[in-house]
Amino acid sequence: MAKLPTSVPLLVDRFGPHTHTIPPGGWTSAEEPDRTVKTHCCFCGQQCGIQLKVKDNKVVGFEPWQDFPFNLGKLCPKGVKRYLQGDHPDRLLTPLERVQGEGFRRIDWNKALDRTAEAIRRIQQEHGHDAFAVLTGASLTNEKAYLMGKFARVALRTANIDYNGRLCMVSAAAASKKILGYDRAANPWSDIRKSKCILVAGANVAECAPITTEYLWSAREAGAKIIVLDPRMTPIARTVDLYIPVRSGGDIGIFNGMLHVMIERGWIDRDFIAKHTTGFEEVERAVRKYTPEYASKIAGVPASMIVRAAEMWGPAESSFLLHSRGIEHHTKGVENCMAAINLVVATGRIGREGSGYAMITGQGNGQGAREQGQKCDQLPGHRDIENPEHREHMANVWGVLESSIPHKGLSALEIFEAAHARKIRGMILLSFNPMVSLPDQRFIREAIERLEFFAVIDFFLSETARFADIVFPGSLMEEDEGTTTSAEGRVVHHRQVVDPPGEARQDWKIICDLATRLGPKDKFAFASPKEIFDELRQASRGGASDYYGITWEKIDEQKGVFWPCPELDHPGTPRLYEGGRFAHPDGKAHFQAVEWRPAAEEPDEEYPITLTSGRVVAHYLSGNQTRRIGALVKQTPQPYCEMHPRLAEKLSVAEGDFVRVESRRGSTTLRALIVKTIRPDHVFVPYHWPLERSVNNCTIRAIDPVSKIPEFKICAVRVAKAAPPSDDHVKLAPEAGGLR
Amino acid sequence: MSELAFFIDYSRCIGCRACVQACEECDTHRGQSMIHLETIERRDTVQTAPQMCMHCEDPVCARVCPADAIKQTPDGVTQSSLKPRCIGCANCVMACPFGVPKYEASIDQMMKCDYCFDRTSIGKKPMCATVCPSQALTFTTREEIERTRRGRPINEWRFGNEVVRTKVFVLVPPATTQVDVGLGDLVQIRAGKKASHVRPVAKDDVAALLEDLP
Ligand code: SF4
Ligand code: SF4
Ligand code: SF4
Repeated sequence: MAKLPTSVPLLVDRFGPHTHTIPPGGWTSAEEPDRTVKTHCCFCGQQCGIQLKVKDNKVVGFEPWQDFPFNLGKLCPKGVKRYLQGDHPDRLLTPLERVQGEGFRRIDWNKALDRTAEAIRRIQQEHGHDAFAVLTGASLTNEKAYLMGKFARVALRTANIDYNGRLCMVSAAAASKKILGYDRAANPWSDIRKSKCILVAGANVAECAPITTEYLWSAREAGAKIIVLDPRMTPIARTVDLYIPVRSGGDIGIFNGMLHVMIERGWIDRDFIAKHTTGFEEVERAVRKYTPEYASKIAGVPASMIVRAAEMWGPAESSFLLHSRGIEHHTKGVENCMAAINLVVATGRIGREGSGYAMITGQGNGQGAREQGQKCDQLPGHRDIENPEHREHMANVWGVLESSIPHKGLSALEIFEAAHARKIRGMILLSFNPMVSLPDQRFIREAIERLEFFAVIDFFLSETARFADIVFPGSLMEEDEGTTTSAEGRVVHHRQVVDPPGEARQDWKIICDLATRLGPKDKFAFASPKEIFDELRQASRGGASDYYGITWEKIDEQKGVFWPCPELDHPGTPRLYEGGRFAHPDGKAHFQAVEWRPAAEEPDEEYPITLTSGRVVAHYLSGNQTRRIGALVKQTPQPYCEMHPRLAEKLSVAEGDFVRVESRRGSTTLRALIVKTIRPDHVFVPYHWPLERSVNNCTIRAIDPVSKIPEFKICAVRVAKAAPPSDDHVKLAPEAGGLR
Repeated sequence: MSELAFFIDYSRCIGCRACVQACEECDTHRGQSMIHLETIERRDTVQTAPQMCMHCEDPVCARVCPADAIKQTPDGVTQSSLKPRCIGCANCVMACPFGVPKYEASIDQMMKCDYCFDRTSIGKKPMCATVCPSQALTFTTREEIERTRRGRPINEWRFGNEVVRTKVFVLVPPATTQVDVGLGDLVQIRAGKKASHVRPVAKDDVAALLEDLP
């Protein structure tokens, strides 16, 4: 049973998070490194080029990689300090098994693999194939993402594989596919610089995609107007031409309101719409009632702002839409994105230099990891798991019967709901930390505790791995080789920099070893990640995200290759939809009419304040990596509750006071940060921390019906001044969930 | 080819602290960052301002140093105090109009940005300006700045009656020729720090933006 084997403070004492602050060899080590390896930062979807310095098989520092075209040497603080996740005192060096009452003890590799294979076999025999789930991550390389999909469908034959990209990109993906045909940024980032009007919707670019800032500022210097939508005045919002402090969940008011004004004033491209699109009549009908006044009530901002936005976007000579989690993390996330993309297609400004659209993918391989078949509804190459032709193609690649490939399974959050209902009995998890990242933490913990068997592959004992029966020590990005696909759709090459320490193994080897024990030996006889990539190329061939023509050599030569790249002599496709050719079979863009509807839980009398959550620049996702890096912990040691002085006054809260943020599901107690840069009816808490400091104690377990993304950006809470907390964990270091 | 120079554009800064973190990784003073990132007044604004040594043409820090420990290189880089000379009096800390030098108690010595001398002297960019995601800090040629930026690079400062010229440029609105510090419309960065050239925060109050809601 998946239970905590001992108290959290004891687990923290042994496995951290502790902070690593001093590089191997010490700060003053003036020795020359043995080598400097060109690779990429793994801490967000931008995948900045970076060079890591190696001495005695340890990463001892970094050097900017100035000729990598995306970032030209630029890095955010995570990139600068990422090297400190190596040689870490918390690093898992051997497989572990849980000993109830004690903690974890070392176990031999073969025993750990055998026990896991046995548990999988038993659960699947007793409860069916789908009773064992595979949970994976969007930080994995394309090779590992592909392997996980094959592992689930060929070795385990379970339908229930999904990944934490479900918390990240899926709304944007679904919307983009519906309207444009592909699930990828439509343009390379270099087009941002050439645009004359940029709409940034729900993207805290400065903190979550810092390098993109320079693209925005370059455009601004060249005369671009920039519009930002966000309930908080983020660092980029401060100096843009129009900042709209939209209320969380009110975005459709802005988008439909803008389109309403644009139609009225003739700022749409009727020729383009007639030639290259379908469905505009319904959109036109839908936005008819979205007068600026009506739209302003939905958006919670003055009508004049919506008119102003339309005046800037409508007649612009070129334009670029950027959006991310701010509009995506909603039970209407797909609709939000569709309403935004309608604005792009209605002007015909797409598929050209300086004009187009991009979702800003958040996780390290947020783009690639969703293409290779580890989503519950997709096969490699963005293929549809319910499409008979697509299934047949994969059956041929894998050498299995089409009928043996499972059908569509449950999405990430639904898998935990099924575990809670004891329909799923066992789980293996890699690169996912739901005990920080999923909403309604109390429920998630109950779900995990009901598992009969739980195995985790990780390099650190994450908050989730603490519940595991077996823990396998896996590999950091720099300890393995492979590719990822950046937010731009550019496939890049991560080189192996050092070897895994101790008995730790590369993740793909662990999965192959396990798969081999479960049956189809020949299907997992990969000798290297490159062999996996070659199979992935075949698997994706002819699919939407076609990698067939991409080789590691080509990536190195071209400094990245954009998919689709269907042939070996094809250079790749940086810009999609040129000449108004969209990726649907009819070659057209398909407008989608969108009607605003409320969130799953809007504020009310009992819980009157809107809670919204998000990130800070110093931390990555659940913090399993960045809460262990001293410099990043120092930059942002603990979460806080941002609130406007007016709200603070109403609640009699002063700067630094403890406040309790409470929803119908749970609470978190933190210090108040009183800032004028947030709407007075919202509070904001960053989400990277566990236990009593997790904002996900409060967030709601409600998902978008299409994308299945949880509604992290809005739920109802009450906030009150609190006494200094005295919970079991408050004395832990802040990186472990304590509070200072 | 014209010379590479250091330019600061405060309006671009997003407060990410990559500069501070990267400065700490520079080989000559690894583990010690020489950049301050000032949060103007977090309650009122998200505005931040990086402050590195401006490398004054006639550096006050060196002038006031009783031990003659602060040297300027021939190409105008004012260096950190020299180890055997610095007596840790912190005169320079008090005198610098930009609030740059730091007295490091652990080594009883003044340390400050020395323009990444190990890098710039061999044609590389300084660490902070290389990594800065917004390119608020940038190391490039004057022509490139004029080609790509709207702001005007200036390096002349007026502190009361005194005019200071610096090796490092800041980008200001095109009409400005000199930054006049401390005369009304410019703010003090924060108590204890010297005056800075950052403009006062205009309207960063979200509630005020929402005031004309129906
Ligand atoms: S976290 Fe993202 S922006 Fe920061 S250095 Fe890494 S890849 Fe670049
Ligand atoms: S900015 Fe300050 S520390 Fe730098 S040279 Fe001028 S006076 Fe000296
Ligand atoms: S790296 Fe650049 S944007 Fe970030 S804090 Fe420093 S100056 Fe500002």
